[in-house]
Amino acid sequence: MQQPQALRRVTDHTLGRHLVVGAVGVVVVVALMSFLGSFRVSQLASFSYLAIAAAGLTVLTGLNGQLSLGHGAFMAIGAYTAAVLQRSDSGLPVVVVLLGAVVVATLVGAVVGMAAARLHGPYLAGATLALAIAVPGLAIFWSDLLGGEQGLTVPLPEVPGWFADAVFFLTATDPSSSRYVAYLAGVALVLVLVLLANVSSSRVGRRWKAVRDDEVAAQLAGIDLGRARVLAFVVSAACAGLAGGLMAFVVRLTAPSGFTLTLSLTLVTAIVLGGLGSLAGALIGAALLTFLPQLATGLGGDLGLTDVQAAELAPLVYGVVMVLVILLAPGGLVGTVRMRQARRAALRAAAAAPAPQHDAPPSSERERSS
Amino acid sequence: MQQLLSILLTGLTLGAVYAAFALALVMIWRSTRIVNFAQAPMAMVTTYVALVLIDAGASYWVGFVAALLSGFLLGAVIERLVVRHVEGKAEINAVILTLGLFIVLHSLAAIVFGARFRSFPAPFGIRGFQVGDSTVPLTGFGIFTLVAVLVVMGLLVALFRGTDIGLRMRAAAFGPEVARLLGVKVGRMLTLGWALASVVGSLAGILIAGGGLVHPGYMDSVVVYGFVAAVLGGLDSPGGAVVGGLALGLTLSLVSGYVGSEVVPLSALLVLVVVLLVRPGGLFATVHERRV
Repeated sequence: MQQPQALRRVTDHTLGRHLVVGAVGVVVVVALMSFLGSFRVSQLASFSYLAIAAAGLTVLTGLNGQLSLGHGAFMAIGAYTAAVLQRSDSGLPVVVVLLGAVVVATLVGAVVGMAAARLHGPYLAGATLALAIAVPGLAIFWSDLLGGEQGLTVPLPEVPGWFADAVFFLTATDPSSSRYVAYLAGVALVLVLVLLANVSSSRVGRRWKAVRDDEVAAQLAGIDLGRARVLAFVVSAACAGLAGGLMAFVVRLTAPSGFTLTLSLTLVTAIVLGGLGSLAGALIGAALLTFLPQLATGLGGDLGLTDVQAAELAPLVYGVVMVLVILLAPGGLVGTVRMRQARRAALRAAAAAPAPQHDAPPSSERERSS
Repeated sequence: MQQLLSILLTGLTLGAVYAAFALALVMIWRSTRIVNFAQAPMAMVTTYVALVLIDAGASYWVGFVAALLSGFLLGAVIERLVVRHVEGKAEINAVILTLGLFIVLHSLAAIVFGARFRSFPAPFGIRGFQVGDSTVPLTGFGIFTLVAVLVVMGLLVALFRGTDIGLRMRAAAFGPEVARLLGVKVGRMLTLGWALASVVGSLAGILIAGGGLVHPGYMDSVVVYGFVAAVLGGLDSPGGAVVGGLALGLTLSLVSGYVGSEVVPLSALLVLVVVLLVRPGGLFATVHERRV
């Protein structure tokens, strides 16, 4: 089918393509949030903030090769910032509160990123693991401001008039505050995805990949390794901060128990399941994290497990799948599909042209350093 | 004075446990270049094995031995069935794999043993000795902890330095190709190394649990402290791990006593970052440059 000339001119550019996809995404978000029941809408809101955090993490880990086990800590920082700002009776609009969460997480991310840029593999993993365990303790240490063990309840934002009018125009009902938050989360997700997709196909993204693949070559090409790493970390922490801010509004409670090590590991699970470095993979992973627990809990109940036991089935599944992905398909879901496609395309090309005999590819197994 | 003494003695016992845990991480790092983040839930599972036996009426010592034996089996099985496939591959794969195992063991333990807090017995008193009017803040269980850790370390030194199999394990870790040419079954030695490391980790787990509460997450922070201790010692040196563990135990105990227990993990993070940025090779580095 012939595309119209104007559309093709737009989609020939990366930015244009991403903007078109983003516009479609916003339409989908508005449609979903307007016409689904309130339970599904709250699920979609949780999906949105998880996907934002996972997208940020997959950029850091997949494109830049830094594995952070501490993104739950940045979500905590974003969530507590949002909670404190929202409770301060200053009447700030939600968007400003969320921006505040992003700014604080970005600043902390810059400090942590500067330390992280000098670390590698297991050292970086261990340091960020320590971060994930350390940050929730601060909420108890400063319990006057941050509410200690009980946490802070987050008051619901007021629905702005123009938004209520617009939703009334679409659905003939008045939107609740939680639906307003869900709209915000969905639109924020689309915005983040467009920005990240654009960054990763830009010069900055190519630098990140160069640093990941070969430090020496990247340095010879004039790339400042430290700057590239810190920038990737900051972008990723900002995403996690936004996710945390949205989480505060969706969950309406910000407490240390919401930011355990499990949250950070869950995010890593999401990006590993989907495939490191792929935004689509981050979306798939976040969707699994949102919708699988309910399925697994229901299944566990049918198998005669107690509720507490059934609630642990979902993490069991994630863990098993994570181990299997690393053993069998290190590219994750998206990576495996892409590899299939590439192989099929190569086979087709080989069949079309009578190519000379290829040698077997050299073994990719690296020598173990000891 | 009394308070300082109490803090230092607590720190010493805790430090001994961190040292044992760090030693387990170092043993695995030396042989397979993997930091085994799943060490914490592995030790948690074996402690639960002991707890189930003790609750069923067995004595503490039966549970103790059962925990160490199950640790040996668990370590061997995990190395042979799972970890073997990522040895020598990209380091990020190994990290993610051990995290996957972390999650699996966590949720399995919650399903099988329940997620509630359960109290774990101690074989000796957990109150200080009475000397005249004052209480010396050294507990029977604290002494047992120190002795147990020292005995296990002594046995490890004897094994690695004094026996044929220890020599073969060291050869397999340092030069797998050459060792294989000389007839060492390298794969089997790596499995044995993981199994022994897992025994040491289990010992740390059961010593931390003694006189306290266990639940599926009770070892999570210990893996961080063990890692920090191991990095303090250079991650490559068993002796460094022991000194690092003791130093970290004392530091964290002082922080906990004078600042607050909530900032203990944060101070561990600070110690880790400072060591990695200032002396990346650990406190006793002999090699001057190393990638961290």
